[in-house]
Order: sequence, then C-alpha cells, then structure tokens
Amino acid sequence: MPDPRSPARRGLRGALLAAAAAAMLLPGAALADITVGLIVPATGSTAALGIPARNAAALFPETLGGERVRLIVADDASDPTMATTQARRLITEEKADVIIGSVMTGAAIAVAGVTRESAVPHIALAPIDLPAGQDTWTFRMPQNVTLMARAVVDHMKANGVKTVGFIGFSDAWGDFWARDVKALAGDAGYRLVAEERYARADTSVTGQVLKLLAARPDAVIVGASGTAAALPHITLRERGYKGPIYQTHGAVTHDFIRIGGAAVEGAILASGPVIVAEQLPDDSPVRAKALEFVTAYEGKYGANTRNQFAAHTVDAATVLEQAVPIALKTARPGTPEFRKALRDALETAGEIPASQGVYAFSANDHFGLDHRGYVLLTVEKGAWKLVK
Amino acid sequence: MDPTIALFLAQDGVTNGAIYALLALSLVLVFTITRVIFIPQGEFVAYGALTLAAFETGTFPGTAWLALILGTAAFTVDLARDRAARTPRRALRGLALDVLLPLALLAAAWHAAPRHLGPLVEVPLTLAIVAVLGPYIYRLVFRPLAESPVLVLLIAAVGVHLALVGLGLLFFGAEGHRTAPLLDANWTVGPALVTGQSVVVMGVTGGLILALWGFFGHTLTGKALRATAVNRLGARLVGIPTSAAGAMALGLAALLGALSGVLIAPVTTVFYDTGFVTGLKGFVAAIIGGLISYPLGAAAAILVGLVEAFASFFASTFKEVIVFTIIIPVLLWRSLRSPHAEDEE
Repeated sequence: MPDPRSPARRGLRGALLAAAAAAMLLPGAALADITVGLIVPATGSTAALGIPARNAAALFPETLGGERVRLIVADDASDPTMATTQARRLITEEKADVIIGSVMTGAAIAVAGVTRESAVPHIALAPIDLPAGQDTWTFRMPQNVTLMARAVVDHMKANGVKTVGFIGFSDAWGDFWARDVKALAGDAGYRLVAEERYARADTSVTGQVLKLLAARPDAVIVGASGTAAALPHITLRERGYKGPIYQTHGAVTHDFIRIGGAAVEGAILASGPVIVAEQLPDDSPVRAKALEFVTAYEGKYGANTRNQFAAHTVDAATVLEQAVPIALKTARPGTPEFRKALRDALETAGEIPASQGVYAFSANDHFGLDHRGYVLLTVEKGAWKLVK
Repeated sequence: MDPTIALFLAQDGVTNGAIYALLALSLVLVFTITRVIFIPQGEFVAYGALTLAAFETGTFPGTAWLALILGTAAFTVDLARDRAARTPRRALRGLALDVLLPLALLAAAWHAAPRHLGPLVEVPLTLAIVAVLGPYIYRLVFRPLAESPVLVLLIAAVGVHLALVGLGLLFFGAEGHRTAPLLDANWTVGPALVTGQSVVVMGVTGGLILALWGFFGHTLTGKALRATAVNRLGARLVGIPTSAAGAMALGLAALLGALSGVLIAPVTTVFYDTGFVTGLKGFVAAIIGGLISYPLGAAAAILVGLVEAFASFFASTFKEVIVFTIIIPVLLWRSLRSPHAEDEE
C-alpha cells in the first residue's frame, strides 16, 4: 500500500488539479464557439407546437461552418413576457450569436423586439407580421399566412366556390386568417357570409356551426391549429354539412387525423411539403432535404411523428449552415461584427433548399419562400395525400 | 334564428350544463366541508378523460404512477407526523389504503393498457385511479393547513392546480385526445337529433344528483360530512373525524371530476389543460349558488351551459366574456340582498 504522501501520489494529485483548472478554463475557450439560442414553448398553451420544435434540437448539427455549436434551449412557457426574459438572458449572459424561435406567434413577436434592439439575428419559427422596418434582424421559417391563404383561395376559385364561411381561433392565428380570407375575397370572386370564432379549449362549437350552416356557404375555412382544428370539422359533418372544408397549415399533423377520424376525410389545405415527403415528385427541389429530415426525425421519435414545427427548426439549421461560412469570412463568433455579418449573409446567401421549401431571403423579403414552399394536401383514407 | 336552431342550441347547452353541474356540485361539496376553493377540480376532468383515452390507445397512463407516489408520500408523512398512526393496526390500514391500493390499481392499469378490455373495465379503472388522488392531495396539502384562512387555502389550491397541469403535460403530452362514444346511437325526436352521448351525460348527472341527495340526507357518513360543513369544531366535539371528512370530500370531488371527464371525452377534444376553463365555468355556477347551495348551483350550471350555447351562436367572439360576465349581476344582487359579513380574518 503506497504512502499517501509518496511523490507518485502527489504527482497524481497535481495532475488532477491541473486537469480541474483546465476544465474550469474551458468555458472561456468555448466563447469562440457559435452560440445558438433556441426559444420554444415547451409548456403552456402552445406546448403542442413547442415540444416538436424542442425535440428537433437533437438533430441540430454539431458544427456550423467548421465552428463548434453551443445550442441552448429555453422554454418560454407560451408567454410573451417569459419569451422576452429568455431572449434577454440568452443575449446578455450567453452571448448568443443567433436566436431561433419562438414557435408561438405572440412570443415570436416579443423575441423579435429584443433581438432588434440588441442587434442579434433572429430566425422566427412562427409566420409573424411585423410593422415595416422592424424586421431588419428577423427572418421567418414558416410560410407567410397570405401565401398559404392565396393557395387555398386559388383552389376554391378553381372549384367554383362563391360563398365562404370562416370559423377560427379567437387569437392571432385566427385573426391572420380572417384578415386574409376577407382581403382575398374580391380577387377570387367569393363572398364571406359568416365569420365565427372559438377557443382552443372549447368543449363545443355547436352554436358557431349552426350559424355557419344557416348562412349556407359553398365552402368553410377552419382557421385553427393542432388537434383543436378537428372540433369544428367534426361538428360540421355531424350536422350534415356536405361542402368542402378547408384547413390551415396549423392543422397538418397525424394527430389531427387521429382525432378527426372519418369526419376529416377530404379536408383540403396548403402546407409545407415535408408532411408528404415521400409523395413529392423526384424533380422537386425540396424532396431530398424533406426525406432527410423525415428519416432522421422519425428514426428518433417514431413513425408518423413528422411535423412542420420540428422541420422549421431543422431548416433554420440548414439556412445557418449556408450563411455562417459567409459570415465567418469577416468576423469571429461572439462579436457584434459577426452578428451583423450573419444577418447580412442571411440576406445574400441566395437560394437555400430546405425541407419546407427553397429559402431565398433578400433585403425586402424576410420570409424567403415562394410557390416551392407549399403543396396542396387532402386527407384520404386516414393519411395526408398530395393534391396533384 | 328559427325554433329548430333554438332547440339544437338548448340541447347543446343543457348537455354542457350537466357537466358544469357536476363540477359545481364538487366545488360546493369541497368548499362547504374544507373551506377550500378548489381550483384544481378541472384537472380531475382532464385526468379522467385523458386516462381513459390512454387506455383506448393502449398506452399506460402516468396518473397510475402519480396515485402510487402520492399515496406512499401521504403514508410516510402520516407515520412521521402522527404517533397514533404508528400503532400496528393503523399502520397496516394505512399501508393497505395508501400503498397497496394504488399499487393494485397500477398493476391493473399495467395489465389493462395493452389489452383493450373495453369501457366496462377501463372506465371504472380510470375513475378509481383519479378518485384516489383526491384524498392523497387533501392529506398532503390541505390537512396541514386545515385551520388556515380561506385565502391561504385558495393559494394552496392554485399551487396544486399548477402542479397538476404540469404533470398532465408530462403524462399525456400536449396534443388533445378523444375517446369512443359510450353509447353510439342517435335518435330523431321531431326535428332534433338526440345523440346517445348526451342522453348518457344527462342520465348520469341526474342519477348522481339523486345519489348525492340520498347520501347526504340519509346516511350516517353523509350526515357527518354535512355536520362538518356546518360547524367544524362542533363536529369534532361530537366525535366526527373532520380530517377524514375532508379526505372524503376531495375523494368524491375527484370521482365526480373524473366522471365528467369520461363523459365529455367522446364529444370534444380534451387537452391536458382543458380542465381549467371547464372548471371555471362550473365555478361560475357554484358562485351563483353562493358556494353553499347544491340545487341552486346545479340549476345555475344549466343556465351557464345555455348562455354559453346561445352566446356562441350570436356572438362567438365574445362567448367567454359573456359567460363569465353572468357572475357580476349575481354578485351585485347577492351583496345587496344579504348584509355584508366580514371574512373570518
């Protein structure tokens, strides 16, 4: 048994101390890494959208442009105030180079405010509308509501719909859709004959549906998201409504079909292409990326778990993979110069194919998607089908 | 609006009102016996609905674990705090009720989850798993505070609500669930379509109101509960164990809540946080009944359901506002009619 004070033993202790000291110094060394802040509503009312986005963090690349990535995930609890706090913390304490999030509209708007005043690039995972000039630092991954509404409205026009009834959430999502359905009415030659609202947690929409039915619309648009979008759909069919029912890209999940069952057969909506990755034509510019995402995500979380919110998070990484090398040419991560360079790089990186479309941001367009960013879907035999 | 639409709306309103009535009854029951304004009542609704939905999809419900953990905690706390609980007879009884019972439920749930044994097995199992949570929560949270002011109890109730909502998210995920209808039949009565589920809802609520009336009016335990509600100290003096009364009140409330959940799960999509707003509507009804009157509370619940149905037809944007605004004239009328009494503090 060696003497505890033997030179060998002391040498070991010294080595351990040195190692400990080196370990303590490491965070200092890590400052040169690229720090990415991901803010998602993992709890609270929009947790259904936030949890998949958080799950996608596991698919985030380890390096961007050859630099190690330090990804910090924060929960905003579906609360814009909390989102503001988290964004400030990530920027001031963690020195984030880029902030991704939030998935919830209100929280994303709050984050956009913080990143604008701190001059940090921001990639929103909600299709937020900001007043002119306030989105200098904010880019969005999801499709602009107007783009999607136009796709739906074109389909209605082609099918001779003359009167439309609308039922949507009494929140920002419902408001966006109600606004666009009204604004596009003149162009597409239909009239909006009824506008009804409900809340996500409502247990019955019979009243609203009866009012819709009384107005006898040719088609109904449901401006809601997640599994809660199924309730008006089911009630409409129960009450004998025979016309087409349109949903929004907020409803595109397998859970929607699970809840809606036979009632949601034939639902039509415009959505990002990732949900039908396998059905995309071979020449589609997004097919490769979409399949890559589906394989990786469903390999980790199980069959039929793919969803747009996780896809948007992964697409944010894809976009950064293109923009970061450009920014690295002018500045080192962790500096204000790098953040500025990254923002500029996002605008000038050109076309970036990703799973949900081809992103081409420019100084005037921080949504970056065009017609390649959506497909028309319908529900057929309990699965999402591409409308050719 | 024509009479047919009015009839549809009334039918919808009464069905929803019946659920609110069950919640209002539970709130009145808990408040009169323990003085707790029981905010988490809605969570039992969500737990009931989602536990049943978990069985239907063949997954094991996390609530069974919660029952075992809370039961074991309640048992341990009793042993540590109360010398009388350490006598062999009491300890054995505690072990059986607090540890072995939830363990048995857990085993039953484990057995039943992948086998799709049908509602006749799954519904009673769901009710049992959720109902036992009530007494455990009472013993862990509210019994140590039993002599505290109403405000302290209310704050504790809010804490329990937040904890249960968070656990609900953990157990069931953020997506909503629906279950198969208990009675999949429809009848046409005149112009109206009567669904089997609405008949079940009204039948069960009616039956329960009668059963509660019988329980409180004609059994010794029921009368002891009422005595505790009227005068806690007096009840203790005549030998009624008031803490057992509180545990029983919460057990009944949890059972009624789970039952409401089982009843609404086939007609609507239930989320882990659906219970709160549903519970609040029951609360509006309970307030109209002054938090003490069962018949007034039940009648008010039907009224809330009707107002909600008609409001969603005429002004869906303001539906919640209208429903919760009912409370203002009621409070005004009550405070003008009855002389103002100081709170106990």
